[in-house]
Amino acid sequence: MLLRHTPKDIKEREALTINPAKTCQPIGAMYAALGIHNCLPHSHGSQGCCSYHRSMLTRHFKEPVMATTSSFTEGSAVFGGQANLLTSVENIFSLYKPDVIAVHTTCLSETIGDDIVQIIAKAAEEGKIPADKYIIHANTPSYIGSHVTGFANMVKSMVKYFSLTTGVKDNKVNIIPGWVEPSDMREIKRLAVEMGVASIMFPDTSETMDRPQNGQFDMYGTGGTTIDELRATGDSLATLALGHDASVPAGELLNAKCKVKLYELDIPVGLAATDRFIKTLSEAAGVAVPESIERERGRLVDILTDNEQYFYNKRVALYGDPDQLVPLCEFLVDIGMQPVYVVTGTPGKYFDERMAEVLKGVPGAKFRQGAQADMFLLHQWIKNEPVDLLIGNTWGKYISRDENIPLIRFGFPIMDRVGHSYFPNVGYMGAIRLVEKLLNALLDERDRKAPEEKFELTF
Amino acid sequence: MSAQNDIKSAQSVKDEMLSAYPTKTARKRQKQFVVNEPEQEPRQEIQANVRTLPGIITQRGCSYAGCKGVVLGPTRNILNITHGPIGCGFYSWLTRRNQTRPESETDDNFMTYCLSTDMQDENIIFGGEKKLKKAIEEAVDIFHPKAVGVFSTCPIGLIGDDVHAVSREMSEKTGANVFGFSCEGYKGVSQSAGHHIANNQLFKHVVGKGTTCPKGKFKVAMLGEYNIGGDAFALEELFTKCGITLVATFSGNSTYEQFASAHLADLVVVMCHRSINYVADMIEKKYGVPWFKVNFIGAEASAKSLRKIADYFEDAELKKKVERVIAEEMEKVKAELAVIRPRVEGKTAMLFVGGSRAHHYQELFKEMGMKVLAAGYEFAHRDDYEGRVVIPDIKVDADSRNIEELHVEPHPSEFRARKTKEQLDAMAAKGFEFRDYKGMMPEMDAGTLVIDDINHFETELIIEKYKPDIFCAGIKEKYVIQKMGMPLKQLHNYDYGGPYASFEGAINFYRDVERMLNTRVWKHIRAPWHKQEPLAAVFINETN
Repeated sequence: MLLRHTPKDIKEREALTINPAKTCQPIGAMYAALGIHNCLPHSHGSQGCCSYHRSMLTRHFKEPVMATTSSFTEGSAVFGGQANLLTSVENIFSLYKPDVIAVHTTCLSETIGDDIVQIIAKAAEEGKIPADKYIIHANTPSYIGSHVTGFANMVKSMVKYFSLTTGVKDNKVNIIPGWVEPSDMREIKRLAVEMGVASIMFPDTSETMDRPQNGQFDMYGTGGTTIDELRATGDSLATLALGHDASVPAGELLNAKCKVKLYELDIPVGLAATDRFIKTLSEAAGVAVPESIERERGRLVDILTDNEQYFYNKRVALYGDPDQLVPLCEFLVDIGMQPVYVVTGTPGKYFDERMAEVLKGVPGAKFRQGAQADMFLLHQWIKNEPVDLLIGNTWGKYISRDENIPLIRFGFPIMDRVGHSYFPNVGYMGAIRLVEKLLNALLDERDRKAPEEKFELTF
Repeated sequence: MSAQNDIKSAQSVKDEMLSAYPTKTARKRQKQFVVNEPEQEPRQEIQANVRTLPGIITQRGCSYAGCKGVVLGPTRNILNITHGPIGCGFYSWLTRRNQTRPESETDDNFMTYCLSTDMQDENIIFGGEKKLKKAIEEAVDIFHPKAVGVFSTCPIGLIGDDVHAVSREMSEKTGANVFGFSCEGYKGVSQSAGHHIANNQLFKHVVGKGTTCPKGKFKVAMLGEYNIGGDAFALEELFTKCGITLVATFSGNSTYEQFASAHLADLVVVMCHRSINYVADMIEKKYGVPWFKVNFIGAEASAKSLRKIADYFEDAELKKKVERVIAEEMEKVKAELAVIRPRVEGKTAMLFVGGSRAHHYQELFKEMGMKVLAAGYEFAHRDDYEGRVVIPDIKVDADSRNIEELHVEPHPSEFRARKTKEQLDAMAAKGFEFRDYKGMMPEMDAGTLVIDDINHFETELIIEKYKPDIFCAGIKEKYVIQKMGMPLKQLHNYDYGGPYASFEGAINFYRDVERMLNTRVWKHIRAPWHKQEPLAAVFINETN
C-alpha cells in the first residue's frame, strides 16, 4: 500500500496538515499574471518559491512558464528586498522586455514587511521603468488563504492598476473566468461570441498556456489580456465574476472603482451553472439566447437522459477548490450521483454555506474546508465507508490505487495526464466532456470487475 | 574547426552576451562564463556558488529544496514535517521521483505523505513553536516513526521559532529521534546550502547511532546517490552481483538505520561530489573510513569505478568477480552501442543541470560519439568545475559563512583506521587516489563553454549560436527549449524514464537519446502548405 499509514480511525487534528488540498498564494498570482499579454510574473522572495511555482505550473500545462525572482539571500531577509527588486526590474526590462512586470510577494517578503508600492515608486523615480511599460503588484502572503486567494489578489491588482472610466460606456461585458484552464477560457469566449456579446476576459491564459508548437520560442506567447483591454474594463456594461473566491473580489473592486455592474456567478461547470451563466450573460448584454446555444444545451441533456441509470446513487469523493467544487457537486447531484465527501484546504465560510445547500439531499454527505480538511481526512472517510469514484488532482492517484477506486482528474495540478488545457470542462460542451469522463470511469470499472457470465457488449 | 577557432568564436559569443547586460550584471556574469582552455596555465578560474542576479530567470531553487527535497526526500522512514505555510511542503510532495522499496508490506514508508504545520497569519505574528510541538505530537501519534525531521521555511528564521529546541523537547516527550533543519529558503545561494544543512544534521543526529549493519566482506557506503528513476536500485543490483555489500546509500532508497550505521562501512564512495563530499571527509575523520569519488553514469565510468573499489579492498577474488561482471555487462553495452552509435554519432549536446550531472552525463554522450558543446552547473562550487585542488583557494563569502561547518574529531571508541598509514602510502605510490575529484573543466574540450548558473537569456543565445541537437536541463526549461523545435532531455527527473546509472542505465540512456534525436515528431512542425514551393502555388492559381 502506498498510503499504508493512513488509519481508519479518525482523530481530530489541530496543528498538523497531512496531504493538503490546497497550496500557497503566490502560485495563484503567478498563474493569473500569465494571463496578461506580454507579462512577466515576478516572485519577490527566495528563489525557491519561483522555482517551485514554475515547476508545478510547467508540469500541469507542459508549456514554458516564464517568471523571475528577487533571489533573496540572508542579507535581503535582514535588510529588506528593495535592492533585489530594483536590480530585478533593471535586468528584466533590459533582457526580457515585457510590457508588464507583475510582482507578487511571498511569506518571506511579507514577514519582513517590504513595501512594494514604495519600491515601484522608487524604480520609477530612478528611471528604471521604460515608457509604456508597467509594474503592478499583489500582496500574496502564503500564510493567509490559499493559491486561490493569490489568484484573486493578482486579478484584483489588474483592476487596481489598469481599469479606467472614460465616462462613455462601451457595449462590452467583462468576464473574469476564475482559476480555470486555457481551454475553459477559450470556451467561455466562444460562448460569448455565439451569444453575440462583445467581451473582455481577464485574465486570459489561452494562447499563453496552450501555445502551438511552431519551432519558435516566444517569451510570452500571443495571448493574454492586453493593457488596453484591461483599461477598457472600466467602461464595460457589466462584469460577470465567475467564482466567489477567485473572481468576485476583482469584480467588486471594479464596481467600486468604475461603477461596472457586478454579477456574481459560479464557474459554469455542469448544467445548472452554465444555465445561470448563459441567462446572466443574456441579461447583462441585453441579447437573446441564440438557438445554437439552446441546441448545445439540448445535446447535454440528451446524453444525461440517455445514461441516467449509470449515475444513479453513485458515491463520489471530491477534493479541490471551492469555486470548482460547488458547481461540480451541484451537477453531480443534478444527474443523480451522491457527492458524499468533499474537502478543500481553501478556507472560508462560503464553501460551507454553498455545500450545505448543494448537498442537502445527499444522505450522510460530509464536507469540510480549512487546514485540516485535507486528503488524509478524505482518505479516512473513504476507508470508513467507500465510494465509487474519486474526483480531484493528480495526488488522488495514491488513494485511487490503494482503495481501488477510479480517479477522474479534475482541478490543479494535473501532472500525469494531458487534455485539461485543450478540452474544456465549462459550458454545455464541457459538461458533455465531464459526462463522458464519468461514464468511462464507471463503465470501465464495470467491465473490469464483471464476472465473465455478466460481461456485457453494449451499454 | 580547430580548437583555436572554437575558442575565438566562443569568445565572441561571450562578448555578445555581455554587451546585452546592464553594466553591473555584465561585470558579475563575465566571471561565471568561461571559454574552456584546459591546457592553460595557470589554470582557468570560474566563479561559482555566488548569488544569482535578481530578475535574471535562473534555474536555481532554494536551501529548503536542497535539504528537504533532495537529501531527506528519498529516505522512507524519517517522518518529514515542514514548518511553515503550506506551499513548500506541497511542492516538495513526491515531485522528485525518488523511488523506494520497503522491505515488507508493513515496513515504514512515509514518502507518500506531506506533513505541514500550515502556518497561518496568527502563527507568524505570535510565533509557531506551540503549533509545531502540537503537530509533532499529532504526527508521532498517527505514524509512530523512529525519527522525525523538522524543516524550516523562510519565515521561521525571521519570527525566531527555535526548531532545534522544540525538536529536543519533543524527542524527550515522544521517544522518537526528532531533529530540526534550519534550511530557510534564503540561506546560501542555491540548493547547495540546503544539502549542507541536511547532511550536517544527519551527521550530528543520526550517523554513528547504529551498532549493526548488513554482514559482508566488502562493506561500502555510497554517498550522493538519490535514486531518481531507480538509479540506486540498479547500483544495488550491480554491487550485489559483484559481492559488494552496500551498507548505506545517502540517500536513495535509504532508511534511518542505514544512515545510523554508515560509519560501519569499510569504504565510502561519493557519486555526487557537490551535495555531500564534506560528509565523506567527516566520516573519514571521525570513524577512519577512507573515501574516493566514483561515477556510475556511463558504462566505462561504471567499469572504472567498480575496478577502483575492487582495488581498494586488495582482494583477488573480488577483482576477479568484478572483472567477470564488467565483461558480462560490457558485452550488452557494446551490442547496444553498435546499433545506436551510428544513428547519433557527431550530434551535439549541451548540459546545464545540477551539481554533478552536467559532468557525469558527458560520459554517456562521449560513449555515443556525441560532442558536448557547453555545460555548466546549477548549484555547484568551484571545486566541481576546477577540481578539489582549488579548495584551499576558495574564498568563504558571507553567504557561505552562514552555513555551519562542523568540527569533527576522531571518535574515542568508534574510530578504526580501515587502512594503516603504510597501506595508504603504498597505494598512493601506485597512483591510487583518495579524496579525489578533478572536476568538469579539465575533461571538456578546448573552446567549449562552461557557464555557471546559466539563465534564460544566455540559454537562448547559445542555442541560437550553436544550434545543438539536444539540450539537457530540467522541468522549467523542458518546454521552453522544445518550443524551439529541439528536444530537451531532463536530467533531474529523466523525463520519467531511467534508471540511467550503471551499465543497464547507460543502455537506457543511449536508447532514450537516440529516440529523442531521431523521432519523427519534430518533422511535423511546419505545416505542409508552408513547405510548398511558391511556384507551384502560382501554377495552381493560374490553372484555376
